Amino acid sequence: MTGEDTRHLPLEDLHQAAAARFGAFAGWSMPLTYSPGVMKEHLHTREHAGLFDISHMKLFEVSGSSTAALLDRACPLDAGAPEISQSKYTFFLNEAAGIIDDLIVTRLGDDRFMVVANAGNAVEDEKHLRALAADFDAKIEPLDRVFLAIQGPEAWAALSRAGIETGSLLFMHGIEPRQNWFMSRSGYTGEDGFEIGLPEKDARDLVATLLGDERVQWIGLAARDSLRLEAGLCLHGQDLTPEIDPASAGLMWAIPREVRATGHFIGADALRSIIERGPSQKRVGLKPDGRQPVRAGAALLDAGGNPAGHVTSGGFGPSTGHPVAMGYVNTALAKGGTKLFADVRGAKIPVDVASLPFTPHRYRKG
Amino acid sequence: MAKTYFTEDHEWLRVEGGVATVGITDYAQEQLGDLVFVELPEIGRKLAKGDTAVVVESVKAASDVYAPVDGEITEANASLSADPSLVNSAATGDGWLWKMKLADEGQLDSLMDEAAYKAHIG
Repeated sequence: MTGEDTRHLPLEDLHQAAAARFGAFAGWSMPLTYSPGVMKEHLHTREHAGLFDISHMKLFEVSGSSTAALLDRACPLDAGAPEISQSKYTFFLNEAAGIIDDLIVTRLGDDRFMVVANAGNAVEDEKHLRALAADFDAKIEPLDRVFLAIQGPEAWAALSRAGIETGSLLFMHGIEPRQNWFMSRSGYTGEDGFEIGLPEKDARDLVATLLGDERVQWIGLAARDSLRLEAGLCLHGQDLTPEIDPASAGLMWAIPREVRATGHFIGADALRSIIERGPSQKRVGLKPDGRQPVRAGAALLDAGGNPAGHVTSGGFGPSTGHPVAMGYVNTALAKGGTKLFADVRGAKIPVDVASLPFTPHRYRKG
Repeated sequence: MAKTYFTEDHEWLRVEGGVATVGITDYAQEQLGDLVFVELPEIGRKLAKGDTAVVVESVKAASDVYAPVDGEITEANASLSADPSLVNSAATGDGWLWKMKLADEGQLDSLMDEAAYKAHIG
């Protein structure tokens, strides 16, 4: 199943010891589930604290006197605006305003930023940013780190017991609490939580301490996917692609108003004309009737049987207790409550356009 | 007396009086993970060996369960509509999937017994 080019997590031995079931994702051999299974792992994260190894994701430190200017070119961002330690969700766009990747950019200092990129796009992202950086005084340094996420209502308490205080850190802020550590209050589950990039040795110590706390369990990629889907969060490669722009994806909240109007980011002209004429399709939540999951790739039809769009992510929501999905539909059909049908192996499953998220976000914003 | 057979696709058949009760093995349910939906077959449907009889859906994916032999569906396990997790908790018992009247009992000879199946999954 895994070829010779497959990459392995630095902590793979710990996952093996925890009886993880592995699978391929974005070129990596990843723990998909542990012995409790996806359902229990998912619910454990929402009730207590889940520990995720997300070292397949890539941290880049970007520094130099014109770093903010570089990021303003690469992303629809006013990189000089955030205060030090503030994080922003943003994108690399292509000239057509298609999303090359979605990212979190954190300001670490006046001229120093941390960029967190998706595993599947990390190589492409680095190439893209390096090509742009030729015109700027900015150094791009991919960091060799283990990257852990600890998510759930008891995440902060478990970190506190492990000697890491997080009280002053609010959602979408990141700091460097120790040498070569980067810790942000963020995540991809809809829960309060933290993402910590740190050297492997420190990571082994931290994992051992955290797992000694009965509130903390390893959580695999399968539950990470069901958690983020319930939270209405996009997975690049499925819900976001280089063919999809931020307006269609319903992610314009990530682009400040002035940047939309006057920003010089790549894809600005294309995005402005998309906004002016309105996107032809929009991302929506989809709630299938009954218990049968509707999955990525399923075609959506309107009440008259005409093509209406397609599903980009779908599965079962362990917390909602029913199937959940998202996808793109023609703008006229994007209103909440619109009745559509999903084609599942020839059967037409009724689905309602639903508001996202399916489970309320519980971020700690203040 | 009922006799139990196994397939390479991790199904079990318990055969009594020309009718086979079919399910997936414990090994298979572990591989699939928590099931959330079972698409049951229509009664009376005629199946050839290798046809998709049932689709089982876990949180993450949908998987086909194939007819291990030729036959006709005589019953589907209706309790799975309300509680698909029976397949996880009792794969070889209450989590059975369907019953079928065998078209050719000779086909059973190519299936494995429990010892051979245990060797198959290692």
